[in-house]
Amino acid sequence: MKVRIDVDACVGAGQCVLAAPDVFDQRDEDGMVVLLLEEPPAELEAATEHAALLCPALAIVVDR
Amino acid sequence: MGNLGRVVVVGASAAGVTTAETLRREGYTGRLTLVGDEEALPYDRPPLSKQVLAGVWEPEKTVLRPESAYADQDIELLLGNAACGLDLARRTVALANGEELGYDGLVIATGTTPRTLPSGHDLAGVHVLRTVGDALALRGDLLRSSAVVVVGAGFLGTEAAAAARQLGLDVTLVDPLPLPLVRQFGDRVAAAIAELHEERGVRLRTGTGVVRLHGETAVSGVELTDGTVVRADVVLVAIGAVPATGWLDGSGVPVDDGVVCDATCRTADGVYAAGDVARWFHPHFGGLMRVEHRMNATEQGMAVARALLGAQTPFAPVPYFWTDQFDAKVQAYGVFPAGAEMTVAHGRLDEREFVAHYLAQGRVVGVLGWNMARQLRQDRQLVSGSPGGVRTGRTPGSAPRSA
Ligand SMILES: Cc1cc2nc3c(=O)[nH]c(=O)nc-3n(C[C@H](O)[C@H](O)[C@H](O)COP(=O)(O)OP(=O)(O)OC[C@H]3O[C@@H](n4cnc5c(N)ncnc54)[C@H](O)[C@@H]3O)c2cc1C
Ligand code: SF4
Repeated sequence: MKVRIDVDACVGAGQCVLAAPDVFDQRDEDGMVVLLLEEPPAELEAATEHAALLCPALAIVVDR
Repeated sequence: MGNLGRVVVVGASAAGVTTAETLRREGYTGRLTLVGDEEALPYDRPPLSKQVLAGVWEPEKTVLRPESAYADQDIELLLGNAACGLDLARRTVALANGEELGYDGLVIATGTTPRTLPSGHDLAGVHVLRTVGDALALRGDLLRSSAVVVVGAGFLGTEAAAAARQLGLDVTLVDPLPLPLVRQFGDRVAAAIAELHEERGVRLRTGTGVVRLHGETAVSGVELTDGTVVRADVVLVAIGAVPATGWLDGSGVPVDDGVVCDATCRTADGVYAAGDVARWFHPHFGGLMRVEHRMNATEQGMAVARALLGAQTPFAPVPYFWTDQFDAKVQAYGVFPAGAEMTVAHGRLDEREFVAHYLAQGRVVGVLGWNMARQLRQDRQLVSGSPGGVRTGRTPGSAPRSA
Protein backbone atom coordinates (compact mmCIF):
# COMPACT_ATOMS: atom_id res chain seq x y z
CA MET A 1 0.00 0.00 0.00
CA LYS A 2 1.21 3.50 -0.91
CA VAL A 3 -0.10 6.68 0.64
CA ARG A 4 -0.09 10.15 -0.90
CA ILE A 5 -1.30 13.35 0.68
CA ASP A 6 -2.50 16.58 -0.86
CA VAL A 7 -1.44 19.27 1.60
CA ASP A 8 -3.20 21.80 -0.62
CA ALA A 9 -6.53 20.22 0.14
CA CYS A 10 -5.90 19.38 3.82
CA VAL A 11 -7.98 21.43 6.23
CA GLY A 12 -6.10 20.28 9.30
CA ALA A 13 -9.01 18.32 10.65
CA GLY A 14 -6.76 15.79 12.34
CA GLN A 15 -9.14 12.92 11.62
CA CYS A 16 -6.26 11.06 9.99
CA VAL A 17 -4.14 11.35 13.13
CA LEU A 18 -7.00 10.10 15.29
CA ALA A 19 -7.52 7.14 12.97
CA ALA A 20 -3.88 6.22 12.27
CA PRO A 21 -1.43 8.01 14.56
CA ASP A 22 1.52 5.92 13.35
CA VAL A 23 0.98 6.97 9.76
CA PHE A 24 -0.09 10.62 10.02
CA ASP A 25 0.85 13.62 12.09
CA GLN A 26 -0.01 17.31 11.93
CA ARG A 27 2.33 20.28 11.62
CA ASP A 28 2.43 22.38 14.75
CA GLU A 29 2.01 25.76 13.06
CA ASP A 30 -1.06 25.20 10.93
CA GLY A 31 -2.28 21.68 11.60
CA MET A 32 -1.54 20.49 8.05
CA VAL A 33 -1.08 16.78 7.61
CA VAL A 34 2.40 15.23 7.73
CA LEU A 35 2.88 11.78 6.27
CA LEU A 36 5.02 9.65 8.56
CA LEU A 37 4.89 6.40 6.60
CA GLU A 38 4.57 6.38 2.83
CA GLU A 39 4.25 2.61 2.78
CA PRO A 40 2.53 1.54 5.98
CA PRO A 41 3.07 -2.06 7.06
CA ALA A 42 0.23 -4.57 6.69
CA GLU A 43 -1.02 -4.17 10.25
CA LEU A 44 -1.60 -0.44 9.69
CA GLU A 45 -3.33 -0.75 6.32
CA ALA A 46 -6.86 -0.93 7.68
CA ALA A 47 -6.36 2.12 9.89
CA THR A 48 -4.76 4.00 7.00
CA GLU A 49 -7.67 3.23 4.74
CA HIS A 50 -10.09 4.31 7.42
CA ALA A 51 -8.21 7.62 7.74
CA ALA A 52 -8.49 8.21 4.00
CA LEU A 53 -12.23 7.58 4.13
CA LEU A 54 -12.73 9.86 7.12
CA CYS A 55 -10.68 12.79 5.84
CA PRO A 56 -13.29 15.48 5.17
CA ALA A 57 -11.05 17.14 2.59
CA LEU A 58 -10.25 14.03 0.54
CA ALA A 59 -6.60 14.87 1.09
CA ILE A 60 -5.40 11.28 1.51
CA VAL A 61 -5.05 8.95 -1.46
CA VAL A 62 -4.31 5.28 -0.91
CA ASP A 63 -2.95 3.19 -3.79
CA ARG A 64 -2.90 -0.56 -3.48
CA MET B 1 -32.08 -6.85 8.01
CA GLY B 2 -31.20 -10.08 6.28
CA ASN B 3 -31.90 -10.13 2.54
CA LEU B 4 -31.54 -6.81 0.81
CA GLY B 5 -32.18 -7.30 -2.88
CA ARG B 6 -31.88 -3.65 -3.79
CA VAL B 7 -30.74 -0.50 -2.02
CA VAL B 8 -31.62 2.92 -3.43
CA VAL B 9 -29.75 5.98 -2.19
CA VAL B 10 -31.37 9.32 -3.03
CA GLY B 11 -28.97 12.29 -3.07
CA ALA B 12 -25.59 11.82 -4.77
CA SER B 13 -23.26 13.93 -2.70
CA ALA B 14 -21.04 13.48 0.36
CA ALA B 15 -23.50 11.44 2.42
CA GLY B 16 -25.01 9.45 -0.44
CA VAL B 17 -21.68 8.49 -2.02
CA THR B 18 -20.23 7.46 1.35
CA THR B 19 -23.28 5.32 2.12
CA ALA B 20 -23.08 3.52 -1.22
CA GLU B 21 -19.34 2.90 -0.98
CA THR B 22 -19.55 1.71 2.62
CA LEU B 23 -22.29 -0.77 1.69
CA ARG B 24 -19.92 -2.32 -0.84
CA ARG B 25 -16.95 -2.26 1.48
CA GLU B 26 -18.99 -4.00 4.16
CA GLY B 27 -19.84 -6.78 1.75
CA TYR B 28 -23.25 -5.88 0.35
CA THR B 29 -23.57 -7.57 -3.04
CA GLY B 30 -27.15 -6.72 -4.05
CA ARG B 31 -28.24 -4.09 -6.52
CA LEU B 32 -27.18 -0.57 -5.55
CA THR B 33 -28.54 2.60 -7.17
CA LEU B 34 -27.45 6.16 -6.41
CA VAL B 35 -29.90 8.82 -7.61
CA GLY B 36 -29.03 12.52 -7.84
CA ASP B 37 -30.77 15.52 -9.35
CA GLU B 38 -27.57 17.35 -10.27
CA GLU B 39 -26.00 16.66 -13.67
CA ALA B 40 -22.41 16.89 -12.44
CA LEU B 41 -20.49 13.93 -11.04
CA PRO B 42 -20.77 14.03 -7.23
CA TYR B 43 -18.48 16.71 -5.80
CA ASP B 44 -17.45 18.30 -2.54
CA ARG B 45 -19.04 21.55 -1.39
CA PRO B 46 -16.71 23.15 1.21
CA PRO B 47 -14.14 24.33 -1.38
CA LEU B 48 -16.90 26.16 -3.30
CA SER B 49 -16.97 29.14 -0.95
CA LYS B 50 -13.18 29.02 -0.49
CA GLN B 51 -10.76 27.76 -3.17
CA VAL B 52 -13.27 27.74 -6.06
CA LEU B 53 -14.68 31.20 -5.34
CA ALA B 54 -11.17 32.56 -4.92
CA GLY B 55 -10.12 30.94 -8.19
CA VAL B 56 -7.22 28.92 -6.77
CA TRP B 57 -8.90 25.57 -7.60
CA GLU B 58 -10.43 24.47 -10.84
CA PRO B 59 -13.93 23.12 -10.11
CA GLU B 60 -12.81 19.64 -11.32
CA LYS B 61 -10.73 19.35 -8.18
CA THR B 62 -13.88 19.14 -6.08
CA VAL B 63 -15.11 15.94 -7.77
CA LEU B 64 -15.40 13.21 -5.15
CA ARG B 65 -14.56 10.18 -7.33
CA PRO B 66 -13.70 9.61 -10.97
CA GLU B 67 -16.67 8.29 -12.94
CA SER B 68 -15.05 4.85 -13.28
CA ALA B 69 -15.07 4.38 -9.49
CA TYR B 70 -18.84 3.89 -9.52
CA ALA B 71 -18.81 1.21 -12.21
CA ASP B 72 -15.83 -0.45 -10.49
CA GLN B 73 -17.91 -0.79 -7.33
CA ASP B 74 -21.01 -1.80 -9.24
CA ILE B 75 -22.87 1.33 -8.15
CA GLU B 76 -25.55 2.38 -10.64
CA LEU B 77 -25.36 6.16 -10.92
CA LEU B 78 -28.54 7.94 -12.06
CA LEU B 79 -27.63 11.62 -12.34
CA GLY B 80 -29.77 14.53 -13.49
CA ASN B 81 -32.79 12.71 -12.15
CA ALA B 82 -34.76 13.91 -9.13
CA ALA B 83 -36.77 11.70 -6.83
CA CYS B 84 -40.24 13.19 -6.64
CA GLY B 85 -42.21 10.77 -4.50
CA LEU B 86 -41.99 7.87 -2.08
CA ASP B 87 -44.47 5.07 -1.41
CA LEU B 88 -43.59 3.38 1.85
CA ALA B 89 -46.18 0.61 1.53
CA ARG B 90 -45.15 -0.45 -1.96
CA ARG B 91 -41.50 0.38 -1.31
CA THR B 92 -41.00 2.47 -4.41
CA VAL B 93 -39.36 5.78 -5.23
CA ALA B 94 -40.81 7.80 -8.10
CA LEU B 95 -38.36 9.65 -10.32
CA ALA B 96 -38.93 12.85 -12.32
CA ASN B 97 -38.41 10.96 -15.59
CA GLY B 98 -41.44 8.79 -14.76
CA GLU B 99 -39.46 5.73 -13.72
CA GLU B 100 -40.21 3.95 -10.46
CA LEU B 101 -37.51 2.23 -8.43
CA GLY B 102 -38.41 -0.56 -6.05
CA TYR B 103 -36.22 -0.88 -2.96
CA ASP B 104 -35.62 -3.13 0.01
CA GLY B 105 -33.48 -0.49 1.68
CA LEU B 106 -33.75 3.26 1.06
CA VAL B 107 -31.38 6.02 2.11
CA ILE B 108 -32.50 9.64 2.12
CA ALA B 109 -29.45 11.87 1.58
CA THR B 110 -30.92 14.88 -0.20
CA GLY B 111 -29.13 17.53 1.88
CA THR B 112 -30.39 21.07 2.07
CA THR B 113 -31.27 23.91 -0.28
CA PRO B 114 -30.56 27.60 0.30
CA ARG B 115 -33.17 29.76 1.95
CA THR B 116 -34.09 32.78 -0.16
CA LEU B 117 -35.37 36.32 0.40
CA PRO B 118 -39.11 36.87 -0.17
CA SER B 119 -38.32 38.72 -3.41
CA GLY B 120 -35.48 39.97 -5.59
CA HIS B 121 -33.92 36.69 -6.70
CA ASP B 122 -35.06 37.29 -10.28
CA LEU B 123 -32.69 40.29 -10.57
CA ALA B 124 -29.41 39.70 -12.40
CA GLY B 125 -26.47 39.67 -9.98
CA VAL B 126 -28.38 38.05 -7.11
CA HIS B 127 -26.95 34.70 -6.04
CA VAL B 128 -27.19 31.84 -3.60
CA LEU B 129 -24.32 29.38 -3.07
CA ARG B 130 -24.83 25.65 -2.81
CA THR B 131 -23.81 24.02 -6.08
CA VAL B 132 -20.70 24.15 -8.23
CA GLY B 133 -22.82 25.98 -10.82
CA ASP B 134 -23.74 28.57 -8.19
CA ALA B 135 -20.07 29.03 -7.29
CA LEU B 136 -18.97 29.56 -10.89
CA ALA B 137 -21.83 31.95 -11.64
CA LEU B 138 -21.05 33.96 -8.51
CA ARG B 139 -17.34 34.05 -9.29
CA GLY B 140 -18.06 35.18 -12.85
CA ASP B 141 -20.19 38.07 -11.59
CA LEU B 142 -17.68 39.01 -8.89
CA LEU B 143 -14.90 39.31 -11.47
CA ARG B 144 -17.02 41.77 -13.46
CA SER B 145 -18.09 43.87 -10.49
CA SER B 146 -16.84 46.31 -7.92
CA ALA B 147 -19.29 46.13 -5.02
CA VAL B 148 -20.83 43.07 -3.41
CA VAL B 149 -23.26 42.84 -0.52
CA VAL B 150 -23.36 39.55 1.35
CA VAL B 151 -26.63 39.03 3.20
CA GLY B 152 -26.17 36.75 6.19
CA ALA B 153 -23.05 36.49 8.36
CA GLY B 154 -23.04 32.77 9.06
CA PHE B 155 -20.31 30.40 7.84
CA LEU B 156 -21.15 30.71 4.18
CA GLY B 157 -21.57 34.48 4.26
CA THR B 158 -18.39 35.18 6.18
CA GLU B 159 -16.33 32.83 4.00
CA ALA B 160 -17.71 34.32 0.80
CA ALA B 161 -17.15 37.86 2.10
CA ALA B 162 -13.51 36.98 2.76
CA ALA B 163 -13.08 35.41 -0.69
CA ALA B 164 -14.68 38.43 -2.41
CA ARG B 165 -12.48 40.81 -0.44
CA GLN B 166 -9.45 38.83 -1.53
CA LEU B 167 -10.59 39.31 -5.13
CA GLY B 168 -10.36 43.05 -4.45
CA LEU B 169 -14.05 43.92 -4.28
CA ASP B 170 -15.74 46.40 -2.05
CA VAL B 171 -17.56 44.06 0.37
CA THR B 172 -20.41 44.76 2.78
CA LEU B 173 -21.61 42.03 5.11
CA VAL B 174 -25.15 42.46 6.48
CA ASP B 175 -26.83 40.56 9.31
CA PRO B 176 -29.62 41.36 11.76
CA LEU B 177 -27.59 39.91 14.63
CA PRO B 178 -25.02 42.10 16.37
CA LEU B 179 -21.96 40.08 15.32
CA PRO B 180 -20.99 37.64 12.58
CA LEU B 181 -21.17 33.97 13.63
CA VAL B 182 -22.47 34.94 17.06
CA ARG B 183 -25.08 32.18 17.05
CA GLN B 184 -22.47 29.61 16.22
CA PHE B 185 -19.59 30.69 18.50
CA GLY B 186 -20.89 33.13 21.12
CA ASP B 187 -19.93 36.78 21.51
CA ARG B 188 -16.19 36.68 22.22
CA VAL B 189 -15.17 34.55 19.25
CA ALA B 190 -17.72 36.40 17.12
CA ALA B 191 -16.12 39.71 18.10
CA ALA B 192 -12.75 38.39 16.96
CA ILE B 193 -14.29 37.33 13.63
CA ALA B 194 -15.77 40.83 13.26
CA GLU B 195 -12.40 42.42 14.00
CA LEU B 196 -10.66 40.20 11.46
CA HIS B 197 -13.14 41.13 8.73
CA GLU B 198 -12.95 44.85 9.51
CA GLU B 199 -9.15 44.79 9.49
CA ARG B 200 -9.24 43.28 6.04
CA GLY B 201 -11.61 45.94 4.80
CA VAL B 202 -14.99 44.20 4.93
CA ARG B 203 -17.67 46.68 5.90
CA LEU B 204 -19.88 45.17 8.59
CA ARG B 205 -23.50 46.24 8.81
CA THR B 206 -24.56 44.01 11.66
CA GLY B 207 -27.66 44.59 13.72
CA THR B 208 -29.44 45.50 10.47
CA GLY B 209 -31.86 43.51 8.39
CA VAL B 210 -32.64 43.67 4.71
CA VAL B 211 -35.87 45.34 3.60
CA ARG B 212 -35.58 44.71 -0.15
CA LEU B 213 -33.26 44.59 -3.09
CA HIS B 214 -33.21 47.52 -5.52
CA GLY B 215 -32.85 47.33 -9.31
CA GLU B 216 -34.79 47.07 -12.56
CA THR B 217 -33.42 44.01 -14.28
CA ALA B 218 -30.10 43.85 -12.48
CA VAL B 219 -29.55 44.46 -8.77
CA SER B 220 -28.27 47.93 -7.91
CA GLY B 221 -28.46 48.06 -4.14
CA VAL B 222 -29.72 46.61 -0.89
CA GLU B 223 -32.11 48.57 1.30
CA LEU B 224 -31.53 47.99 5.00
CA THR B 225 -33.90 48.30 7.95
CA ASP B 226 -32.12 51.49 9.09
CA GLY B 227 -33.25 53.17 5.84
CA THR B 228 -29.88 53.22 4.10
CA VAL B 229 -29.30 51.69 0.67
CA VAL B 230 -25.95 49.99 0.10
CA ARG B 231 -24.82 50.02 -3.53
CA ALA B 232 -24.22 46.58 -5.03
CA ASP B 233 -23.64 45.00 -8.44
CA VAL B 234 -23.66 41.57 -6.85
CA VAL B 235 -25.64 40.26 -3.89
CA LEU B 236 -25.03 36.91 -2.26
CA VAL B 237 -27.94 35.72 -0.14
CA ALA B 238 -26.52 33.39 2.52
CA ILE B 239 -29.30 33.17 5.07
CA GLY B 240 -29.22 29.47 5.83
CA ALA B 241 -30.53 26.34 4.23
CA VAL B 242 -33.60 24.16 4.60
CA PRO B 243 -33.71 20.36 4.40
CA ALA B 244 -34.60 19.11 0.90
CA THR B 245 -37.63 17.06 1.92
CA GLY B 246 -40.30 18.34 -0.47
CA TRP B 247 -40.27 15.03 -2.39
CA LEU B 248 -41.31 13.24 0.84
CA ASP B 249 -44.51 15.27 1.30
CA GLY B 250 -47.46 12.99 1.94
CA SER B 251 -45.28 9.86 2.11
CA GLY B 252 -45.68 9.38 5.84
CA VAL B 253 -41.97 9.85 6.56
CA PRO B 254 -41.84 12.14 9.61
CA VAL B 255 -40.39 15.50 8.63
CA ASP B 256 -39.75 18.31 11.12
CA ASP B 257 -36.74 20.45 10.18
CA GLY B 258 -35.27 17.37 8.51
CA VAL B 259 -36.13 13.69 8.37
CA VAL B 260 -36.77 12.61 11.95
CA CYS B 261 -34.89 9.41 12.81
CA ASP B 262 -34.14 7.20 15.78
CA ALA B 263 -30.65 6.72 17.22
CA THR B 264 -29.69 4.37 14.38
CA CYS B 265 -30.78 6.98 11.79
CA ARG B 266 -33.82 4.89 10.83
CA THR B 267 -37.03 6.76 10.01
CA ALA B 268 -39.33 3.98 8.71
CA ASP B 269 -39.06 0.28 8.00
CA GLY B 270 -36.01 -0.11 5.77
CA VAL B 271 -35.65 3.66 5.38
CA TYR B 272 -32.70 5.66 6.78
CA ALA B 273 -31.41 9.22 6.46
CA ALA B 274 -27.86 10.62 6.42
CA GLY B 275 -26.12 13.98 6.12
CA ASP B 276 -27.54 17.51 6.25
CA VAL B 277 -31.12 16.28 5.81
CA ALA B 278 -31.15 13.87 8.79
CA ARG B 279 -32.41 14.85 12.22
CA TRP B 280 -31.68 11.94 14.48
CA PHE B 281 -31.69 11.14 18.17
CA HIS B 282 -28.15 11.58 19.51
CA PRO B 283 -27.93 9.40 22.62
CA HIS B 284 -25.11 11.34 24.32
CA PHE B 285 -26.35 14.84 23.65
CA GLY B 286 -29.81 13.62 24.56
CA GLY B 287 -31.94 15.17 21.87
CA LEU B 288 -32.77 15.38 18.21
CA MET B 289 -29.87 16.80 16.29
CA ARG B 290 -29.23 17.83 12.71
CA VAL B 291 -25.70 18.66 11.65
CA GLU B 292 -24.90 20.61 8.49
CA HIS B 293 -21.21 19.81 8.36
CA ARG B 294 -19.05 17.90 5.95
CA MET B 295 -17.55 15.43 8.42
CA ASN B 296 -20.98 14.38 9.61
CA ALA B 297 -22.05 13.52 6.07
CA THR B 298 -19.22 10.98 5.89
CA GLU B 299 -19.65 9.56 9.37
CA GLN B 300 -23.42 9.31 9.15
CA GLY B 301 -23.24 7.79 5.68
CA MET B 302 -20.96 5.08 7.07
CA ALA B 303 -23.25 4.51 10.05
CA VAL B 304 -26.37 4.23 7.87
CA ALA B 305 -24.72 1.69 5.57
CA ARG B 306 -23.89 -0.47 8.58
CA ALA B 307 -27.38 -0.04 10.03
CA LEU B 308 -28.90 -1.18 6.72
CA LEU B 309 -26.77 -4.29 6.96
CA GLY B 310 -28.09 -5.02 10.43
CA ALA B 311 -25.93 -3.12 12.94
CA GLN B 312 -27.91 -1.79 15.90
CA THR B 313 -25.28 0.69 17.11
CA PRO B 314 -26.57 4.19 17.87
CA PHE B 315 -24.92 6.95 15.84
CA ALA B 316 -23.19 9.07 18.48
CA PRO B 317 -20.42 11.16 16.92
CA VAL B 318 -18.63 14.18 18.30
CA PRO B 319 -19.51 16.65 15.52
CA TYR B 320 -16.59 18.36 13.81
CA PHE B 321 -16.43 21.36 11.52
CA TRP B 322 -14.06 23.96 10.24
CA THR B 323 -14.18 27.30 8.49
CA ASP B 324 -11.45 29.22 6.65
CA GLN B 325 -11.60 32.99 6.38
CA PHE B 326 -8.58 35.13 5.49
CA ASP B 327 -5.75 33.62 7.56
CA ALA B 328 -8.08 32.20 10.20
CA LYS B 329 -8.63 28.48 10.36
CA VAL B 330 -11.30 27.90 12.95
CA GLN B 331 -12.16 24.34 13.88
CA ALA B 332 -14.47 22.89 16.45
CA TYR B 333 -15.51 19.60 17.97
CA GLY B 334 -18.77 19.08 19.81
CA VAL B 335 -21.76 21.34 20.21
CA PHE B 336 -22.10 25.02 21.12
CA PRO B 337 -25.53 25.38 22.68
CA ALA B 338 -27.23 28.49 23.98
CA GLY B 339 -25.94 29.45 27.39
CA ALA B 340 -22.74 27.40 27.22
CA GLU B 341 -19.92 29.11 29.10
CA MET B 342 -16.84 29.87 27.07
CA THR B 343 -13.33 30.04 28.52
CA VAL B 344 -9.99 30.38 26.74
CA ALA B 345 -7.95 27.32 27.75
CA HIS B 346 -4.80 27.72 25.65
CA GLY B 347 -3.21 30.64 23.82
CA ARG B 348 -4.74 34.09 23.55
CA LEU B 349 -7.88 35.25 21.92
CA ASP B 350 -6.49 38.71 21.13
CA GLU B 351 -3.57 37.08 19.31
CA ARG B 352 -6.03 34.91 17.38
CA GLU B 353 -4.31 31.74 18.35
CA PHE B 354 -6.24 29.88 20.98
CA VAL B 355 -8.36 26.95 22.06
CA ALA B 356 -11.62 27.71 23.88
CA HIS B 357 -13.74 25.31 25.88
CA TYR B 358 -17.53 25.57 26.03
CA LEU B 359 -19.17 24.25 29.18
CA ALA B 360 -22.77 23.37 29.86
CA GLN B 361 -23.80 22.19 33.32
CA GLY B 362 -20.18 21.84 34.29
CA ARG B 363 -19.25 19.60 31.36
CA VAL B 364 -17.21 20.46 28.30
CA VAL B 365 -19.62 20.09 25.37
CA GLY B 366 -17.53 21.83 22.73
CA VAL B 367 -13.93 22.84 22.04
CA LEU B 368 -12.99 25.43 19.46
CA GLY B 369 -9.55 26.19 18.07
CA TRP B 370 -8.40 29.20 16.09
CA ASN B 371 -5.13 28.50 14.26
CA MET B 372 -4.28 25.87 16.90
CA ALA B 373 -5.15 22.56 15.28
CA ARG B 374 -2.83 20.28 17.22
CA GLN B 375 -3.83 21.45 20.67
CA LEU B 376 -7.46 21.32 19.62
CA ARG B 377 -7.15 17.71 18.58
CA GLN B 378 -5.79 16.87 22.01
CA ASP B 379 -8.65 18.68 23.71
CA ARG B 380 -11.24 16.82 21.65
CA GLN B 381 -11.25 14.02 24.21
CA LEU B 382 -12.64 16.43 26.83
CA VAL B 383 -15.92 16.73 24.95
CA SER B 384 -18.80 14.81 26.45
CA GLY B 385 -22.53 14.91 26.01
CA SER B 386 -24.85 17.36 27.64
CA PRO B 387 -28.36 16.86 28.89
CA GLY B 388 -31.15 18.57 26.99
CA GLY B 389 -31.81 18.81 23.28
CA VAL B 390 -29.09 20.33 21.20
CA ARG B 391 -29.08 21.56 17.66
CA THR B 392 -25.97 22.42 15.83
CA GLY B 393 -24.87 23.07 12.32
CA ARG B 394 -24.80 25.81 9.78
CA THR B 395 -28.39 26.72 10.53
CA PRO B 396 -29.50 29.10 13.24
CA GLY B 397 -29.35 27.90 16.83
CA SER B 398 -28.85 30.27 19.68
CA ALA B 399 -25.72 31.81 20.98
CA PRO B 400 -23.42 30.50 23.65
CA ARG B 401 -22.42 33.19 26.15
CA SER B 402 -18.99 34.05 27.39
CA ALA B 403 -17.83 33.45 30.93
C1 LIG C 1 -20.46 26.54 -0.10
C2 LIG C 1 -20.44 25.60 1.06
C3 LIG C 1 -19.34 25.58 1.92
C4 LIG C 1 -19.28 24.68 2.99
N1 LIG C 1 -18.19 24.69 3.81
C5 LIG C 1 -18.13 23.82 4.85
C6 LIG C 1 -16.99 23.83 5.73
O1 LIG C 1 -16.06 24.61 5.57
N2 LIG C 1 -16.97 22.93 6.74
C7 LIG C 1 -17.99 22.05 6.95
O2 LIG C 1 -17.90 21.27 7.89
N3 LIG C 1 -19.07 22.03 6.14
C8 LIG C 1 -19.17 22.90 5.10
N4 LIG C 1 -20.27 22.89 4.28
C9 LIG C 1 -21.36 21.93 4.54
C10 LIG C 1 -21.14 20.62 3.81
O3 LIG C 1 -20.81 20.82 2.49
C11 LIG C 1 -22.41 19.77 3.93
O4 LIG C 1 -22.55 19.42 5.28
C12 LIG C 1 -22.38 18.53 3.05
O5 LIG C 1 -22.34 18.86 1.70
C13 LIG C 1 -23.60 17.65 3.34
O6 LIG C 1 -23.63 16.57 2.46
P1 LIG C 1 -24.99 15.84 2.09
O7 LIG C 1 -24.59 14.75 1.16
O8 LIG C 1 -25.74 15.52 3.32
O9 LIG C 1 -25.89 16.93 1.36
P2 LIG C 1 -25.64 17.76 0.03
O10 LIG C 1 -24.19 18.00 -0.18
O11 LIG C 1 -26.56 18.92 0.09
O12 LIG C 1 -26.13 16.78 -1.15
C14 LIG C 1 -27.46 16.44 -1.35
C15 LIG C 1 -27.60 16.07 -2.80
O13 LIG C 1 -28.93 15.59 -3.03
C16 LIG C 1 -29.45 16.20 -4.19
N5 LIG C 1 -30.92 16.18 -4.11
C17 LIG C 1 -31.72 17.00 -3.38
N6 LIG C 1 -33.02 16.66 -3.56
C18 LIG C 1 -33.03 15.60 -4.42
C19 LIG C 1 -34.07 14.81 -4.97
N7 LIG C 1 -35.36 15.02 -4.70
N8 LIG C 1 -33.72 13.80 -5.82
C20 LIG C 1 -32.41 13.56 -6.11
N9 LIG C 1 -31.39 14.29 -5.59
C21 LIG C 1 -31.71 15.30 -4.76
C22 LIG C 1 -28.85 17.58 -4.16
O14 LIG C 1 -28.91 18.21 -5.41
C23 LIG C 1 -27.43 17.25 -3.74
O15 LIG C 1 -26.66 16.88 -4.85
C24 LIG C 1 -20.36 23.80 3.21
C25 LIG C 1 -21.48 23.83 2.36
C26 LIG C 1 -21.53 24.73 1.30
C27 LIG C 1 -22.72 24.75 0.38
S1 SF4 D 1 -7.94 14.25 8.05
FE1 SF4 D 1 -7.55 15.13 6.03
S2 SF4 D 1 -7.91 17.29 6.31
FE2 SF4 D 1 -7.66 16.39 8.32
S3 SF4 D 1 -5.50 16.68 8.84
FE3 SF4 D 1 -5.77 14.67 7.95
S4 SF4 D 1 -5.36 15.01 5.79
FE4 SF4 D 1 -5.74 16.98 6.64
